[in-house]
Amino acid sequence: MTACLNIEHLYKVFADRPDQALAMLRAGKSKSEVLEKLGQVVGLDDVSLSVPCGAMYMIMGLSGSGKSTLARCINRLNEPSAGRILLDGEDICALDESHLRDVRRKRISMVFQHFALLPNRRVIENVEFGLKLRGVDAKQRRRRAEEVLHVVGLERWALHMPHELSGGMRQRVGLARALATDADVLIMDEAFSALDPLIRTEMQDELLRLQRTLNKTILFITHDFQEALKLGTRIAIMSEGRLVREGTPQSIVLEPGSDYVAAFTREVDRARLFDAGSVMTSLVEILRSPNRIVMGDPSGAPGVAFVLDADAQVLGTLSAEQIEVTRGGGALPQPEAGFTCVRADTRLVEVAGRCRADGPIGVVDNAGRLIGRLEVGQMLARIGASSATGGRHV
Amino acid sequence: MFKADDLAVLPIAQWIQLGVQWVALHLRPIFLVIKWPIERLLEFNNSMLHALPFPVMVLLMFLIAWRFASLGIAVFSATGLVAIAAMGVWSDAITTLSLIATAIVFCAVIGIPIGIFCARSERVWRIVRPILDIMQTTPTFVYLVPVVMLFGVGTVPGEVAVVITAMPPLIRFTHLGIRMVEHEIVEAGLAFGANRRQLLWEVQLPLAIPTILGGLNQTVLTAMVMSVVVAMIGAEGLGLVVLQGLGRLDVGQAAVGGIAIVLLAMMLDRITQKLAQPRPGARATLVSTLVRLFVGSRGVPDPVTSERQHDVKEAL
Repeated sequence: MTACLNIEHLYKVFADRPDQALAMLRAGKSKSEVLEKLGQVVGLDDVSLSVPCGAMYMIMGLSGSGKSTLARCINRLNEPSAGRILLDGEDICALDESHLRDVRRKRISMVFQHFALLPNRRVIENVEFGLKLRGVDAKQRRRRAEEVLHVVGLERWALHMPHELSGGMRQRVGLARALATDADVLIMDEAFSALDPLIRTEMQDELLRLQRTLNKTILFITHDFQEALKLGTRIAIMSEGRLVREGTPQSIVLEPGSDYVAAFTREVDRARLFDAGSVMTSLVEILRSPNRIVMGDPSGAPGVAFVLDADAQVLGTLSAEQIEVTRGGGALPQPEAGFTCVRADTRLVEVAGRCRADGPIGVVDNAGRLIGRLEVGQMLARIGASSATGGRHV
Repeated sequence: MFKADDLAVLPIAQWIQLGVQWVALHLRPIFLVIKWPIERLLEFNNSMLHALPFPVMVLLMFLIAWRFASLGIAVFSATGLVAIAAMGVWSDAITTLSLIATAIVFCAVIGIPIGIFCARSERVWRIVRPILDIMQTTPTFVYLVPVVMLFGVGTVPGEVAVVITAMPPLIRFTHLGIRMVEHEIVEAGLAFGANRRQLLWEVQLPLAIPTILGGLNQTVLTAMVMSVVVAMIGAEGLGLVVLQGLGRLDVGQAAVGGIAIVLLAMMLDRITQKLAQPRPGARATLVSTLVRLFVGSRGVPDPVTSERQHDVKEAL
């Protein structure tokens, strides 16, 4: 995969002369040791990560973990002390002032936690802001601003002042302003944290919807693990200025890797995070007759098998005994119909809703072909994994 | 017995005397250059305001107060002017008004840029701040000594003293207004690629305007006070009326001067205070404020901004 944004060994020390602190950090000393010895605050301590193009990359951490510092280093609102930030191979840290301005005007835009709209400008003028700074002529930038306002659904509010809008609407304006410049990288610094829960959920859904069409590389800073799970294609977890865990939401929940990360995953609603495909037992073909296929466990271990027609559509199920009889040379009995089929990408919470009493559950792909079987026991184990293992250790 | 007076061997007074004499003698052209624009503008304003017939002046003041502030303040202003005329100090009041008007122009032209420089450079502010502190804690009539030495006596040197005294609040408020612009908004400006000039004109200055206008109000009031004090070095105006009243022990005349001063000060204060409070939802852009300065506008004060104004005053 081509990486859009590569961060290599990035350090940030809040001091005029960070050399000594950098040497200490490179020697493996921690943030608190540097603070104690030199009185210098460490923002980032050897952070390396790569953000793939078009990813919704979540940077998650508690306050003081350096997540905002990391985001602000990317467009150099904070000046990194050491390390490289490569945007399509170009080192942002090495840019001079005018090239940096160019990158900020065209390649990277930002959405702020408290919206940071200009209170003295109308909504549409706020949206135009980035284009105005870039020197786009008035007519052209007005047209672009109207387009973007339409995308976020605020075209009717164009001529209002920001203080007449609700928090959620203001953040839509902030988002529109960031989208107007057509930058490929979007930094969202706790963008939804200042909104109340219902509006926040609405904005998250909106962002997911927008991302499907925009396909930008989004760096989303948040302190809310649930938000990270919901939005992210990948999550980086930060603590004390260091990157402690990086991966897909599912892999992080399954293998937190440290107590710090495990503490976040404890409250996670796994039933909504995992889909049927991630828990199912794969099935293989065990019998075939001219117009019937039977799929069951590969080992031949006892378990319910599914009977399919020639197009791999499920007709019904057979119990373990019936399969034995068939294997012995008997005719294929009439399959039982008390089964349920779910698609592999169905979330477990929905699967649970469709479960019928002791009927087997088949997992099918997008074309309706059977690929596996879902055991209720396995499903429960996955949903309850947090209290079984995490509960004891943490 | 050792007395404190025995210690009085340091000829500071003499040194300063010599120093100022040297400056007055050798740097005279510089002070003439400083004096020249002030003299020109003061003369212009003075002759313009005196040339206006009394009814026109009252009407003008009424309209200005009505547009900037409210009908109540407009009525008060008109009545105040009529009262001043009735007391027989109209001409002196107009002279004082022209002193203040001239001071406002110079304070704005010099003070606002200095305030902007201070806001943009911590180093400049570190130099300017103690100077402002000294200027604002020094009793106003102490300024008169060097002014007399360097510029002589009369109305124009008085105006120089007025300008110097009235400038610090405007510098302070301009600096404060720009510094008080929300950090995140400044960051947003930077994040979208504003250069220093764009940041100042697109973000900081427009948002600082209410605070700067609050500073203008302070400047007007300080100028008012000083325009009275400079009567001591021979400046004309209402201050001279009071001073002459005192000199002749003519309590009546002194009181008339005093009442006229209070009336004039209240008018100017109310009008400039309202200028600093934009209408709700008004767009405090640079252009609109300038337009308002000349065309004026009416409306109820915005509670949010007036609260902020209040905060600013407390913060100072």
